Amino acid sequence: MVWATGAALAAVLFFTIVLLGVVVVNAAAVFWPEAVGLVTFEDGSRVLGVRLDSAVNPDTGVRTVRFKTGNRELDPARLDFHWYEADQIREIAYPEDVFVLERLENGNFYGFLEAVRAPNLDLPETGDSGEGFRWALAAARAKQAARIVPLTDQLSSLSDRLQSVRHAVLRAEYEKKRVLAGAPAGATARLDARLADLAEQEHELKAQSDALVVEQQGQEAELGQNAAVFRTGSGATVEIPLVEIVRHYRPNAMGFGQKVAHYFSKVGELLTENPRESNTEGGLFPAIFGTVMLVFLMAVSCFPLGVLAGIYLGEYAKEGPLVRTVRIAVNNLAGIPSIVYGIFGLGFFVYGIGGLIDLWFFPERTANNMPTFGTGGILWASLTLGLLTVPVVIVSTEEALRTIPRGLREGSYALGATRFQTLVRVLLPMASPGMMTGFILAMARAAGEVAPLMITGVVKLAPDLPVDGAFPYFHPDRKFMHLGFHIYDIGFQSPNVEASKPMVYVTTMLLLVIVLSMSSLAIWLRSRMRRQFHSRTI
Amino acid sequence: MQSIPQPAIRKPFMDEPNASPAPNAARPVLTKAARSADQGPCTVADPIVRAEHLYLYYGESEALTDITMDFPRNQVTALIGPSGCGKSTYLRCLNRMNDLIDAVRTAGSIRVDGQDVLDPSIDVIELRRRVGMVFQKATPFPKSIYENVAYGLRIAGISSRNTLDETVERSLKRAALWDEVKDRLQESALGLSGGQHQRLCIARAIAVNPEIILMDEPCSALDPRSTTRIEDLIAELRGEYTIIIVTHNMQQAARVSDHTAFLYEGVLVEFGPTKQVFTNPVKKETEDYITGRFG
Ligand SMILES: Nc1ncnc2c1ncn2[C@@H]1O[C@H](COP(=O)(O)OP(=O)(O)O)[C@@H](O)[C@H]1O
Ligand SMILES: [Mg+2]
Repeated sequence: MVWATGAALAAVLFFTIVLLGVVVVNAAAVFWPEAVGLVTFEDGSRVLGVRLDSAVNPDTGVRTVRFKTGNRELDPARLDFHWYEADQIREIAYPEDVFVLERLENGNFYGFLEAVRAPNLDLPETGDSGEGFRWALAAARAKQAARIVPLTDQLSSLSDRLQSVRHAVLRAEYEKKRVLAGAPAGATARLDARLADLAEQEHELKAQSDALVVEQQGQEAELGQNAAVFRTGSGATVEIPLVEIVRHYRPNAMGFGQKVAHYFSKVGELLTENPRESNTEGGLFPAIFGTVMLVFLMAVSCFPLGVLAGIYLGEYAKEGPLVRTVRIAVNNLAGIPSIVYGIFGLGFFVYGIGGLIDLWFFPERTANNMPTFGTGGILWASLTLGLLTVPVVIVSTEEALRTIPRGLREGSYALGATRFQTLVRVLLPMASPGMMTGFILAMARAAGEVAPLMITGVVKLAPDLPVDGAFPYFHPDRKFMHLGFHIYDIGFQSPNVEASKPMVYVTTMLLLVIVLSMSSLAIWLRSRMRRQFHSRTI
Repeated sequence: MQSIPQPAIRKPFMDEPNASPAPNAARPVLTKAARSADQGPCTVADPIVRAEHLYLYYGESEALTDITMDFPRNQVTALIGPSGCGKSTYLRCLNRMNDLIDAVRTAGSIRVDGQDVLDPSIDVIELRRRVGMVFQKATPFPKSIYENVAYGLRIAGISSRNTLDETVERSLKRAALWDEVKDRLQESALGLSGGQHQRLCIARAIAVNPEIILMDEPCSALDPRSTTRIEDLIAELRGEYTIIIVTHNMQQAARVSDHTAFLYEGVLVEFGPTKQVFTNPVKKETEDYITGRFG
């Protein structure tokens, strides 16, 4: 028996460690700059690439090696990865001057720098092409920040204003229709005037915005003429616009310290930047933000509700068949599959409550099939998760209250305390570690749930965060990104599976880190409370 | 009504030679009818509490039967009797702690300074401030020593720092705990020893300035040294507070109390000055019990 139990535990530990190990090892290696080899084949052709793994064909016995060759736009099949037969490779060299470029589009580029063509950038004279490239890149970025970014900002504020004007138009038209239904014709004069005014505003804004777009396109075209010329492994020359280049480095020339610095800079990018290239490159900031915010809103909604319900069950409800039934029901609620909660959330929160809010506050948009709250959003998703986790909090609150010795209650009552005073001053502080336990379990469950989110408002790309600088700063109706859904999306819905694999590992690791650190924080809080309320007399 | 001179008994009764019980002596068989008849006079001149024809039922079962008895003011009264005879039940009637148990019903009256405390309309909170209680198992709150003592005041809405400081100090001094804890008032009360816990609970009860302090076997979980300290404390509080103490320990009852009431199966068998009850009990059952022949 000892052996069986021990073996079972060992098996569980083994699987957990393997799982964590695979994730950590793969994720940790993603940002390390790998050496780029210049591969020369037996037939004399050449290619640049990072050697990955190899495999042996069981039928023919031929060994093949996989390389990440990048330069996707140049490949006839638009692939980043290629298998080459090991026998065909004559040699692999690691020249120091190989550049790796991370670009806005088309993934990595591997090549040798030939020249810089910057017709409309002021550049100091320099003999060294590498230095010239860095100067040019810096100048292009500076120009972009000075010329294009302000235009983009103006455009986005214009489009916000345009949006609100359009909403106003909708509202006025809606009111007009309602007035028309049962009033004399004269009553619509005011609305007509307003509509005319709005139409004028809309026209004005539209014109401004069109002008800006033209100007922006002009600037972009001008800036886009500045390019760097690279030669690929096979000898072709390619011109790459400087503004396309996000990051460049020469892995074969980097020392260990530089590689470490590169690594952390990539981690920083991951944590703070928006994703690029259908989420396979760039950062995860919106997804991290969405996940944390979701769990936070979930906690804020489920904890008070669960604690209050638990207190009622544990302290106020008279024990009887009804209370027992309720207790069993609550226990069973915790076991309902999350997708069922998701569907309930969609029906109740999104279509029910959200639909009502829209009907009351934005009837004109609803009439035009533009739901605001009547569609998935972070508020509804977090409430759905809150519903999913609330039974755990109820059960643990009740349990925690029940285990407090009767003497403590009587001690308090005997001093003239009311029931409420006893609850607030003695029972709740003592029950708080137990309540925290429930909360931790709830949070750990909620943070990893994906299924219910998929139908209540998670999306693959939502650069507009639920909290931002635009009035009213908190937008509970907005869609959001989530690390768990991100894993599913890039890992299993992406057209370029191989290219997104590293991001899947990184996202998984990040999700694990976030979930584990949130629950560690809660566990730490609980142990502090426990120390405070630990009683020798109990 | 009989006026009873105040006895000052401190001498342990068990010191007397005829105290050792005969092993396996025949247990006296008492019928309820026999017991409830012929109670001696159980009243005193200036009672602070007067129970009259008190009955108490847990659901269908009768736990207290027709108890009529007085508790003399500012004296110590001991309730003795075998386990399950209703001592705690009786004690808990005096501050309505039995309200916490759903199935309890009572009949008769208990007057504290003339006010019937069994009347459902009285202010129970107010009553419990006047009638404090110390339990068998000390239950300090998981708060600091200071907050434990200040608890009763805080829930009464007193938050003036000066008042609290003064009361905490006075109560702890009164409970003979001040010297041991004065340097660590802000530390958790849970770090104190068992004996200190019980004195802390006494301090906590004193802090709200009650008239009566009920003690339900306050020493039964304590070592002899702590027990002695509590007994000394009771002797000191006597005269200022009315103390009603339930105890299983005959010597203790004899040492600390002025009057003793003997309960048996929910019936008050005998009540009188402690000296008289212990040296010259009127009832045969009392004698049997205190000489250890049953119970
Ligand atoms: N909560 C309760 N519910 C039902 N019966 C009780 C309860 N508490 C005590 N009793 C019964 O009442 C009688 C007196 O109990 P108690 O007052 O605790 O005795 P003592 O304190 O003298 O040992 C016992 O028979 C006991 O079983
Ligand atoms: Mg008892």
